[in-house]
Parts: sequence; structure tokens; C-alpha cells
Amino acid sequence: MEHAEPNLSYASGEVLIAEKITKRFPGTLALDQVDFTVYAGAVNVLVGENGAGKSTLMKILAGVDRPTSGRLLLNGSTAEFSSTRDAERAGIGIIYQELNLFPNLNISENIFAAHELTQHGVVQHREQEKSTRELLNRLEQPLNPATLVRDLRIGQQQIVEIAKALSQNVRILIMDEPTSALTGAETEALFRIIADLKAHGVAIVYISHKLEELLTIGDYVTVLRDGKLAAQAPAPGVSLAWIIEKMVGHNVAAPRRRLQKTPGDNDKPALEIKDLCLPRAGSGFTLENVSLTLRRGEILAIFGLMGAGRTELFECLMGLHPEATGDIRLSGRRILHESIRERIDLGLMLVPEDRQRLGLVQQLSVGDNITLANLKRFVTFFWLSQHRETQDITTLMRELAIKARTPTYPVTSLSGGNQQKVVVAKSLLTLPQVLLLDEPTRGIDVGAKAEIFEIMNQLAEQGLAVLFVSSELAEMFTIPDRILVLSKGKVTGEFAHDEVTEKLLVTAAAAQQQTEHVTPHPPTEVSLHRSQNSKDL
Amino acid sequence: MSDTAQTPQSMPTSAATSTLPKASGLSLGVFLFRLRALIALMVLILIFAILSPSFFTRENLIILVGQTAINAIMAIGMTFVILTGGIDLSVGSTVGLAAMTSGLLINRGIPIPPLGVAIFFNIPAIIILVLCLGLLVGAFNGVLITRFNVAPFIATLGTLYVARGTAQLSNNGATFPNLVGKPELGNTGFPFLGDGSIVGIPIVIWIMVLFAAVAGFVAGKTAFGRQVYAVGGNERAAELSGIYVNRIKMAVYMICGMCAAMTGLITASQLVAAHPAVGESYELNAIAAVVLGGTSLAGGRGNIWGTIIGALVIGVLTNGLVLLGVQEFWKKVITGLVIILAVVLDQLQERLQRRLSLNRA
Repeated sequence: MEHAEPNLSYASGEVLIAEKITKRFPGTLALDQVDFTVYAGAVNVLVGENGAGKSTLMKILAGVDRPTSGRLLLNGSTAEFSSTRDAERAGIGIIYQELNLFPNLNISENIFAAHELTQHGVVQHREQEKSTRELLNRLEQPLNPATLVRDLRIGQQQIVEIAKALSQNVRILIMDEPTSALTGAETEALFRIIADLKAHGVAIVYISHKLEELLTIGDYVTVLRDGKLAAQAPAPGVSLAWIIEKMVGHNVAAPRRRLQKTPGDNDKPALEIKDLCLPRAGSGFTLENVSLTLRRGEILAIFGLMGAGRTELFECLMGLHPEATGDIRLSGRRILHESIRERIDLGLMLVPEDRQRLGLVQQLSVGDNITLANLKRFVTFFWLSQHRETQDITTLMRELAIKARTPTYPVTSLSGGNQQKVVVAKSLLTLPQVLLLDEPTRGIDVGAKAEIFEIMNQLAEQGLAVLFVSSELAEMFTIPDRILVLSKGKVTGEFAHDEVTEKLLVTAAAAQQQTEHVTPHPPTEVSLHRSQNSKDL
Repeated sequence: MSDTAQTPQSMPTSAATSTLPKASGLSLGVFLFRLRALIALMVLILIFAILSPSFFTRENLIILVGQTAINAIMAIGMTFVILTGGIDLSVGSTVGLAAMTSGLLINRGIPIPPLGVAIFFNIPAIIILVLCLGLLVGAFNGVLITRFNVAPFIATLGTLYVARGTAQLSNNGATFPNLVGKPELGNTGFPFLGDGSIVGIPIVIWIMVLFAAVAGFVAGKTAFGRQVYAVGGNERAAELSGIYVNRIKMAVYMICGMCAAMTGLITASQLVAAHPAVGESYELNAIAAVVLGGTSLAGGRGNIWGTIIGALVIGVLTNGLVLLGVQEFWKKVITGLVIILAVVLDQLQERLQRRLSLNRA
């Protein structure tokens, strides 16, 4: 890593160094030997996609979690935080993305929660309110300290959260998406505060998905990808394209390309989406006029950054957003008010992004998870045929190479890659026509990634239509026949496999306010089609 | 990590054995630990059999199991609810309401004021009607929880008061005495439910065995049962797997209400009278049996057999302590401590399993 001293006017030094931090959760490797240096008097920006490990790293720095291995060096000596209190005592403050405020208490009570100013055990409300008023004035937010937090706008609550951290005399301040709820003016005020803190030698660790913002205030940029350190560099000289490239990565085990076939003219599309709109709470759209067509035997990838609307698109397809408008057709049949069950029965199935929260039932065994979405396949009279269940489970476990000692093993005992394959197996058992995979390779190692791609290849060869979402740039050059780029809820590009370049994708993904599609590419010999749709497993 | 690419043909078993060296050594310990409720039951029986000569007699055992059965039937319904991650506080009141309804139907029938007559039913019809009432109470809970998003604790707490009040209103707080029916009305034979026996074993015990067998089968072998576990384990994953989560929740509260109504029928039959206060605080006994049986209050983990054992532990403990002449107040203290111990052990098991799965990851 290049730790070149940037040309900055203030004194800077390495105040906190995280060395070879590894954090393991059951089934996931959240951080893998990550090095991270925090410089005093500078804004140390931390970027990465969802699940890249930013939050985990931040929690370790703030004493919420302890690393599985690796160590923290604070001002040159080893530091171990067993609680947030320890970290606080060492001068590390944190502002969480989810606000950690008590809505039933007022501003000053929140700011001094657990650090009340007392005299003989009695809380000195007047003094607390006086300090609160000073803090708020410094933040250019002259609120009444006696206002209940529940009566504040979310942006104002964020200000209170910031004031709370400032009241602790922090030397290292971690901010997780501090501007996500702020208005333009509030953001500017926050940036002035940050500049002020920097001038006082405070180190800021700044996490945000608003990439433009990072370039405005960042002094050092650290990019995490998939639990690993992707890059660390001083901000001058860093560009938006560089950050995106590091975030989305380069290297992926190259799976084989399927044979390409010219689609017949009479092919009915497996999935057709026309003008799908998903209104956002308040105003605007999370998805705006998204249209796409997917043929049987075709693999279509959707590329986009956080907040592009990738996951929401899949949620709309599964019927989780009744407020969405537009025309969705599955093999020509219009899907409107069908329940999730009915959509699954019609051949639509989702492999969700967050397999722990949405994909698996942790208390159930490997086998029970696999059969969960199509139990009626096994009903004889009115019970489940264990024999037929075991048969299907064994077949799927063999075909997908799921490594578990027996199907009765708890699903949590598997590695991340194998857990993902369990979710895929569950989806396959519903005999889908169209398989939606949301970030199917997130948080699993390279070998398992290649296996997942190979599975997707085979499914397409069997005639399934496969639609997958990824934020890994390199994955766009592997198996998909076509790539659709989403940015801020709009389709900003569509490319065939043989014409796509990194530059095209990055430009389209960064397109902010493009109003209409980039001209859609005519379907040439890129998509593959197999006429028979083999449902047998 | 065991994620390295393998040929698709590789046998899952061989690949797994090499990656899980630690599991086999610990599995016996885990296995015994899981059976702790059963082991505790054996130990209790052994202790009481040694300390009290009258414990292990046929008469006492029949009394013991009969007492246990009432709690066990309620606890069976409660198990389904708790498996989904819910709770039903209204079962005790439902017992009272069911008892009073059976009393009303036997002694007064359904009066039709304009005609000045009342309709009387025979006993099987009364049993069916009262069980349906239980389903209805459960459906009321279910609607509150699924349609109006009321937390199960609050919804069923409300129903607890409503059902109890209704039971008291049904006869202005008075008892329906002498539920023997009249031969001319064709509704005699109600007491048989409570004190009759088939091949020397009380009907109550047969009912418990029947309920347990059906419930065990439903929970363990049917698609519905699997879905109950899935909803309790991870509601959102269950939903995305196409499970109608609300229907499952609705069904478990109805099952629970029906089990409580059965208990109410049995209690009224045993007393040959229906008192509006009957069943007060029964819900706590039922929850205790479920928890003692190893079912997690968070949902998704547990089974019917555990609940039956849990109910037996409570039954044996109560019975044995009475035989030993332990004071009523001490009985409560001891029962409470046993429940606390069970939950503490439960937490230990969770931690043990988490550590195991962490080692394997």
C-alpha cells in the first residue's frame, strides 16, 4: 500500500492502526486480514459495497466487536477494547447510521446519557442544557435542548447524534453515513464542523455511499471489497472511477462461456418488464420506467451501485412492493396481484442477497431448508414423504456439491458458500422458469463463486432464464449474455457480452441524471436458447 | 474453510467428514444435554419413589398423569404458538369460558326468548360446539395478531380479560352446578369425560395421548408443521419461500384455543360443575411446561414430546412434593426454581451450539 504523505497543511500522523484484522462469523468471513490506518487531523474515508466489511471494521474500532485475530495499535501501543466504554475512554467516538437515540428523552438528556453531569448524585439539568446549547450553536443548529428527540426531524436527530459524540472530547470520530438523512444546508454545516475538528487534530473515519461527497472531504481513501482491503491511497489524485473500480473489483475465477446460439424468432420471452416504477416515500422514484426482456436460456446481469434499485427490482418482481406500477409478464402471462406463493408456482423464484436474514431458516437443518419452498411436492395423503424428500435433497446436494456431513446437519454449520448453495438448491426445487439471484456471490470465497457461476451456466443450458444482480464489475465479463446497468433507479445502459467494456459500465453506473435509456442494443447472436425446458433435477 | 472447488461428482459425505473432525467427540455430550428434560424426569421419579412409598403405586400414578394431562393438553396447543415465536396468555380464560359454556349448554341450553323455549344438545354435540368456541377464541387472537399487527403478548392479554369476563357474565358470576343433564333432554353422561375410564385408564389420559400423538405427527411430519418451524425460525425467509405466514399464525392460535377448550370441558366434567374462575393462571403452567420441554420462546426450536415431558416434570414435582408433605408455599418456590434452571440450561445449549457451528465454519 502506498502511504505517501499527502500534501496537507496540518500535522498528520498515524493515530490508530488496525493490523491484519480478521473477523469470522458462523458461515461468513466478514474481514480477512484487513489493514487500516487512521491519520490524525484528516478525514479517513472508508468505502465499499454492502457487505464489504465496513460496518464490521467500524464496530471493531469502536469496541463493539472484537476481532477473531489481528490487533489495534493506538498511538503506537497495542489497544484492546472489550466494550464501547473502553474505546470511549481511549478517545474513540462513533456515530451510527441507525440512530442510537432515546426518542422519549430530550436533546440534552440524550447527549449526556450515561455521562450525566451530576453533583452529589443529582443530575445538573441546567448545566447539561447550557453545554448542549453551546454544542448545538457550534453545529449551527440553535435547537432548544429541552426538545424531545421524538419531535425532531430525522436530520436534526442526526445532528444530536453528532453533538453527542462531540461532547465526549473525541480524538477519533467514526461517522457511518452521517449525511444520509441531512439536507444540503445541514450537510454543509457538518462539513464545516469536520474541517474544524480536523484543524484541532481530530481523526475522522468517514463512511459513506455518496461517492462525490467522499472526494470533497476525504484526505485518505480506503476501499474494502468482500472483507479484504482493496486499496488505500491519499485522496488527492484519486478519482471517482478509481474508487468504483476498486469497489467492484477485477479478479474473479473465470468460469467457462456457454455455447452461444441464435435465438429463434418465435421465442416468447420468459420475463418481460415494461415501465416498472416504484415510488419512493416522500417523492421521486426508487425505480423509474425500468424495462427489460429476458429469454429462456439467457443469463442477464444487472450492474449497479448501492442505491441503484437492484434489490428493489427483484422485490417488485416477487410482489413485495404492492405500490409498484408497470407491466410484468411471465411467459406472456401478466403478473399483477399474485402472492409470493403464486409467483413461485408460476415459475419465478428469488435467491435473496442476505442469506442469513432472508434466505435461510437457521434453526432448520440443511435438508429442511432445501425443501422449504416446495413442500407440497412431497405431500402424500396428508404428511410429507420422508423418502421422497431425502431423494431430492441427496440429488441436489450432489449436483450442487453441497458439503454437509448429512442433510440433518444444522444449516448454520456450513460455510458461506455452501449456505448459498443451500439457498440455490431450495430455489431450484421450486422448478423455476426464471431465477432471480441477488448478489449470488457475496461473501463467499473464490472457489465457491466459480461453482455458483457454473451452476448458473448449467441452469441456462437447461432452458432457465437467469437474471442476476452484481456490484462486482469483473463478474460482468464472465457468464452473462447481456448486461443492464441501473443507476438511481433508471436503466442507464444495456450491453451485449461482446461489446461491453469496463469503461462503458462504469460510465453508465455513474450516470446520475440521465433521463432516458441509452439506446437499447438489438438482440444479435448473443443470447442462447435451448428449446426443451428440462424440469428434472 | 471448506469452499475450495470440487468436482461436482465428489460425494458430499466424504468431503464433509474430513472438514468436521470436532463434531463427533462432542456429539454424545450434546445428545445427552438435549435429553436433559427426560433425564430430569427420571431422576425426579427415582427420588420420589425412594422417599415416598406411596409414590410408585398405581393409584398415585393415575392421579399424577390425570393431573398432568389437563396441563399437557393446553401445553400442546401452546407449543405450536410458541414455535412460531408467539405466546398465548388467554388459554386459562378460554378454559373458564369453555367450562361455563358447557355448563350453560347442559343446564340451560340455548334459550330462544320469543318462543319461550330452549334448544338442548346431546353431549357429543356440546363437546363439538365448545371446541369450536375454542377455535373461535383462537381466531380472534389470530386476527388481532396478523391483521392488526398487535403484539401476541398484548393481543392475548386482552383476550384473557375478555374471555374471563364473558365467562363470569354467562351466569352472573355464579357456578353452573350438577352438570349431569336430564334423561328426558338426552344430555346425560357429561361426567364420564372427567372420571370415566377405558381399559382401566382414565379417559383424560387417553385424550392427552390422542392429542399428543396427533400434534406430534402434525408438527413433525406434515408440511404445516414444517412451516410452523420455518415461520418461528425466520419469518421473512419463510415468506420469501412462499409460505403464507399469516395463515400459519392464524392456525396455531386456533389450535391453541381448541386445546384450551378441551381442557375446559375436562375440568368442568371432573368437577361436575362449571365455575367461572376455573382455569385462572393455567396459562402460566402451560407456558412453563413448554419451556421446560426445551421449546425456545424465540420460536423455531422445540417439539411436542418435550412439552409432554415438561408437563410430566411439573406434575411429578407437584405430586411428589405433596406426598412428602412439603408446604404449599415451598412447592411454588421449588417449581419456580426448576423452570429457571431449565431456561438457563437452554441458554447454555444455544451457546454450545453456536460455538460448535463457529468451529465448523
